[in-house]
Amino acid sequence: MNFLESIWLIPLFPAAGALIMLLFGKKLPNKIVSIICPGSVLISFIFALGAVMQLSGLAERRYEKILYTWLPSAGFHMANGDMSRIGADWGFLLDPLSSVMVLVVTGVGFLIHVYSVGYMGHEGGYYRFFGYLNLFMFSMLTLVLGNNYLLLFVGWEGVGLCSYLLIGFYFHKKSAGDAGKKAFVVNRIGDGGFVLGMFLILATFGTLRFTSVTEQAASGHFSIGDPVFTLIALGLFVGAMGKSAQFPLYVWLPDAMEGPTPVSALIHAATMVTAGVYMIARSNVLYTLSPDAMAVVASVGAFTALFAATIGIAQNDIKKVLAYSTVSQLGYMVLACGVGAFGAGIFHLMTHAFFKALLFLGAGSVIHALSGEQDLYKMGALKNKIPVTYGTFMVASLAIIGLPPFAGFFSKDEILWLTWNSSVGISWLLWMIGFITAGLTACYIWRLVFLAFFGKSRVDHHVEHHIHESPKSMTIPLIVLAVLSAIGGWIGWPAALGGSNRLEHWLEPVFEPSHHILAAGGHAAELAASHAQEYMFMGLSVAVACFGVFLAYYFFLKNPAASESLATNFSGIHRVLQNKYYVDEFYNKYLVEGFCKGGGNALWRFDSSVIDGGVNGSAWLTRLFSRASIWWDTWVIDGFVRASAFAVRVLSYPVRLLQTGLVQGSALFILFGILIFMSYFLLG
Amino acid sequence: MPEITTAHYVMLSAALFSIGTIGVLTRRNVVIILMSIELILNAVNINLVAFSNQLMNMSGQAFAVFVIVDAAAEAAVGLGIIIALFRNKETVNADEIDLMKW
Repeated sequence: MNFLESIWLIPLFPAAGALIMLLFGKKLPNKIVSIICPGSVLISFIFALGAVMQLSGLAERRYEKILYTWLPSAGFHMANGDMSRIGADWGFLLDPLSSVMVLVVTGVGFLIHVYSVGYMGHEGGYYRFFGYLNLFMFSMLTLVLGNNYLLLFVGWEGVGLCSYLLIGFYFHKKSAGDAGKKAFVVNRIGDGGFVLGMFLILATFGTLRFTSVTEQAASGHFSIGDPVFTLIALGLFVGAMGKSAQFPLYVWLPDAMEGPTPVSALIHAATMVTAGVYMIARSNVLYTLSPDAMAVVASVGAFTALFAATIGIAQNDIKKVLAYSTVSQLGYMVLACGVGAFGAGIFHLMTHAFFKALLFLGAGSVIHALSGEQDLYKMGALKNKIPVTYGTFMVASLAIIGLPPFAGFFSKDEILWLTWNSSVGISWLLWMIGFITAGLTACYIWRLVFLAFFGKSRVDHHVEHHIHESPKSMTIPLIVLAVLSAIGGWIGWPAALGGSNRLEHWLEPVFEPSHHILAAGGHAAELAASHAQEYMFMGLSVAVACFGVFLAYYFFLKNPAASESLATNFSGIHRVLQNKYYVDEFYNKYLVEGFCKGGGNALWRFDSSVIDGGVNGSAWLTRLFSRASIWWDTWVIDGFVRASAFAVRVLSYPVRLLQTGLVQGSALFILFGILIFMSYFLLG
Repeated sequence: MPEITTAHYVMLSAALFSIGTIGVLTRRNVVIILMSIELILNAVNINLVAFSNQLMNMSGQAFAVFVIVDAAAEAAVGLGIIIALFRNKETVNADEIDLMKW
């Protein structure tokens, strides 16, 4: 079977699932729903796997399938005056980059579908949940498989919609509805930038197809640092900020935890939020052509990583900690893209999808066991009560802090090492931030582990005896993801440790043009650095991770009093961190209340005074003129008419007196007339 | 016995015509006005016949016959108008019929 030919089918299986749920879902029993929906994703996964296998056999390692021209257009003028005809295709592109994405999306997506069968089993709206989830899979697969920016944008908006629907899944809760709306609105801000970037691409290249854009941009006709590339790259990056939750548009992601936990795992950790990173990697040539934009991307990524990690330390809600961790890890990926290490960014995207999905699913399992409890200070000593969850959670925690040989070690280390060696002027500062963030990551994740699984139980009594391990449908995905989190990083085993970094080589065709550009601009990362340096970095990051774990151990397990005294001694800092730097309050006060409502008020005033004033003024003028016209009509025009009528009346009055209406009077006049005529003739 | 000449006829005719005219102008009853008109017509008839006789031309007498017919028709129409008038106004007094003014 030729899987490459049928890559266009991959998104359609979940779409069919979603359609069935939409049309018949309400009548189907839960058992059939739990076969159809995860099944459709499994089929997609099999097709994706087959297609990627066949792709690796191709010489060019790129396969494009265009079904039809979706939006044909008439000719239009490009920025340089040339005429161009664009047509957005309904076409699919499978290359190394999208193959990594499609496997992660369908693979992790399938596992989370299976998990949801167990997790959502007791919930109402079961079919609705799976319908949304399948719709999300369709959108996400369209996003990663689309062969042009417009089709990517279709998927981009589709996942945004599904994210909104699923965050607000418990729609009877006001906070859930609000969180959904917040995610939607914040993402729209990002989309504005994305659309502008897309228009600029169209105006510059006259096409939206990835392959043509990359080819033209890398052809050497454009100089490095051309302002148009900075504009395009920053426009697209605003979109990525919204979707991948970068500062300052990250605020929706922590609130998105209102959704069911599998949704947090699938959409808000493993797949959708990485769409921004994927898009940047997809546009890598455009970014490398603009060093300024790269510097912005790297700075924003690094800042977000540190910023979110500091917040994560002070959060008490298990899902909130993981949400800020996700923001922080996305910062790492964006940082990697910003320093030109796209391969490392995608590598981290993949490993992060494994361990963060696992962390979320593990957290979901804990919440499930505790009948919905999310507060870390009402957990503790769960180690022996839910052993499978505990074991898998440990693997994920080791993976995220980057301890060898777990997955996170390889990807995070590659990012840090390449950041240090990058050509961005402040690479040492970026590295420093990444390094500190690694320590913080270890600290907050292990704080979570110690508080939830170790120490004394702080669980409420009536919850205590309900604690139970999750069903098989939940634990099996956990185990599979634990295996992936443990060994998934080996695909990028660095050369320094005797490996060959196969992922890097696999992705090479996609990122090759930008490496050439970097080399041509003298911005090539000096990778000639010795292995010794790399070993040093590995040692350092392992050390800082261990130090972070030790801090967490000391403050939250061995000596909890110390953490409390720390919190009281530095209560100012603690409060700021716990309140997430008051960013939400700031946005509410200045953007929502000040800018939006104030601006709305100002616009309303402008409307009511200037616009309405103009309308009312013109009405007033019209009335004035019509008054004058009435006056003219009554007194001048009518005056003439009436005056002439009056004159006729006056003149006719004597004549009228003769007309008595009596026949005999008339006859008398006739007689007199005859007599006058006769006397005239007879006498004259 | 003096011969009756055309002049006598003409004088008779003139007298009849004058009586008719005065009747038309002075009497108030419409029926009488109509009768006075008959007098005027007959005055004309006498004139026609008298001159026909003097001039030895029969056209005048033929005209007289026409006038008689005309008088009959006129009387018919006139009485019809009077009846219609009476139905509407319940009067045949010419003084009270003054609708034909401005």
